Amino acid sequence: MALPQVAPVETPQIEEVPADDRPWVTIVWDDPVNLMSYVTWVFQKLFGYSKDKAEELMLDVHHKGKAVVSTGARERMEMDASQLHGYGLWATVDRA
Amino acid sequence: MFRRNGNVCVATFAVDEVRVLRKVAGEVVGLLMDGFDHGDPVVERLFPDIYPDQPDDSAEFRLYTEGDLKTGKLDQAGAILAALPDDGPGEVRLDGEEAEAWLRAINDARLAMGTRLDIQAATDLGEELDDAVAEDPGSSRVFQLSVYAYLGYLQESLLNALPEIEPR
Repeated sequence: MALPQVAPVETPQIEEVPADDRPWVTIVWDDPVNLMSYVTWVFQKLFGYSKDKAEELMLDVHHKGKAVVSTGARERMEMDASQLHGYGLWATVDRA
Repeated sequence: MFRRNGNVCVATFAVDEVRVLRKVAGEVVGLLMDGFDHGDPVVERLFPDIYPDQPDDSAEFRLYTEGDLKTGKLDQAGAILAALPDDGPGEVRLDGEEAEAWLRAINDARLAMGTRLDIQAATDLGEELDDAVAEDPGSSRVFQLSVYAYLGYLQESLLNALPEIEPR
């Protein structure tokens, strides 16, 4: 997902993309308390994902320990993480 | 346990269940009000750092968002207290919004109890309870583990009683 950090030489009119403009991600971490069905429900409710997509994400969190649940501007990711905290999911924000 | 009845989720609670739910919701409220302490592992779990490697950024973000987050958690715990019968057994009927508040509040209570009980991914709740009963059937740990397990079943029943969410 990362944008190129240096613009191609042949298109000098395009400004170099500063590293700070790379997208950010919201990460949800596995925890031993939240029910799998609840985590799936939160992903459907909050992100509008289909049940299949939400379940796939939930299983990613469960099996891999964490999963990226949304990608975009930093402020947007902070809002997502904060909402996830409202639901009791363990979410953090990082660069893509 | 909850079941679906038309547009609402309905549960009939025995007097003990009403008391337990009042107690756990009240404990969450207490934790968020007088007992609010960032050094408490439960508070740390309910209000995690958004940037685990950047304490300054996390603290700044917290400054702007923690008040709202806390208010939201108080409101959802309040939704449990508001819907329960005052005392004695009774029926609870929740519309979609109330059911969501209950789900979130039950989850907060489970997170608080799970943290205090040191529930890990490998924890087998049944074994844990058997061990605690063998040690002392009247112990607080037996009670806490039973309530924790009960809240899990209750939350699952409410999830199952909700209508399917249409994808956006």
